[in-house]
Amino acid sequence: MSNFGVAFRERPVTAGPAPVRVLDLSGELDAHTAPDFEAAIEDCLNNQQHYIVVNGAGLDYISSAGLGVFMAFIEQVREQGGDIKIAALQPRVFNVFDLLGFPVLFDILKTEDEAVSKFTN
Amino acid sequence: MSIESATRNLGAVRNFVRQHAEASGFPAAAVQQMMLAVDEACSNVIRHAYSGDEQGRVEVEISIGPETFRVIIRDHGQAFKPSAYEPPNLYHSVKRRKGGGFGVHIMRRLMDEVEYATRGGVNEVRLTKHRTPQSGDGL
Repeated sequence: MSNFGVAFRERPVTAGPAPVRVLDLSGELDAHTAPDFEAAIEDCLNNQQHYIVVNGAGLDYISSAGLGVFMAFIEQVREQGGDIKIAALQPRVFNVFDLLGFPVLFDILKTEDEAVSKFTN
Repeated sequence: MSIESATRNLGAVRNFVRQHAEASGFPAAAVQQMMLAVDEACSNVIRHAYSGDEQGRVEVEISIGPETFRVIIRDHGQAFKPSAYEPPNLYHSVKRRKGGGFGVHIMRRLMDEVEYATRGGVNEVRLTKHRTPQSGDGL
């Protein structure tokens, strides 16, 4: 049984363009739970929130289906002037992102604070 | 083990692989690799061989030898054609806003052997990892 979860937070950014929406992921993100993550990203876009940080501190597992959600939405978010930044991944989860070459196309930061501050630069 | 071809069963398949791989003494990183590779194989069967039909069956068999850990995944759906496979490109996937197509790539990167066979309407994927001092490198 997968135990995936997404929780939403907002962080005001000094001198930033708009509040940053933080998505806290937890549990296991696979082909079964990827639609939940997709719905969370769509919710951000529907609310015109294009400054997104995905905090993966609680994420225990990811498969290519989970990575596919990032691939499918990043262009749309960037077209709106925003970005999806990825933060606080556990090493074994980061390794899966790295395996597919994500660090070349995505901002992956060690901490949520670093990711949020990227939006002010 | 035998499961219905539904994504809700992927967690149980991963646990099945983890229990046997850990009991066989593989390092944690190698266990993670095998869980992910088998997840990708089963996800492909559910999505492509059965096209999302949850009535299909997927059999997952584990065979442990002195030097190898092998997982065999069998289905009765549409056969995968390795010759038609094209390696994915992350940049192109992002530009096309397309998320899939990386499962086979992951399997090949994480396992020592990936073999496909179809006999009598049964498709088989064999994923093998060798027990070496380096088991677990790469993830």
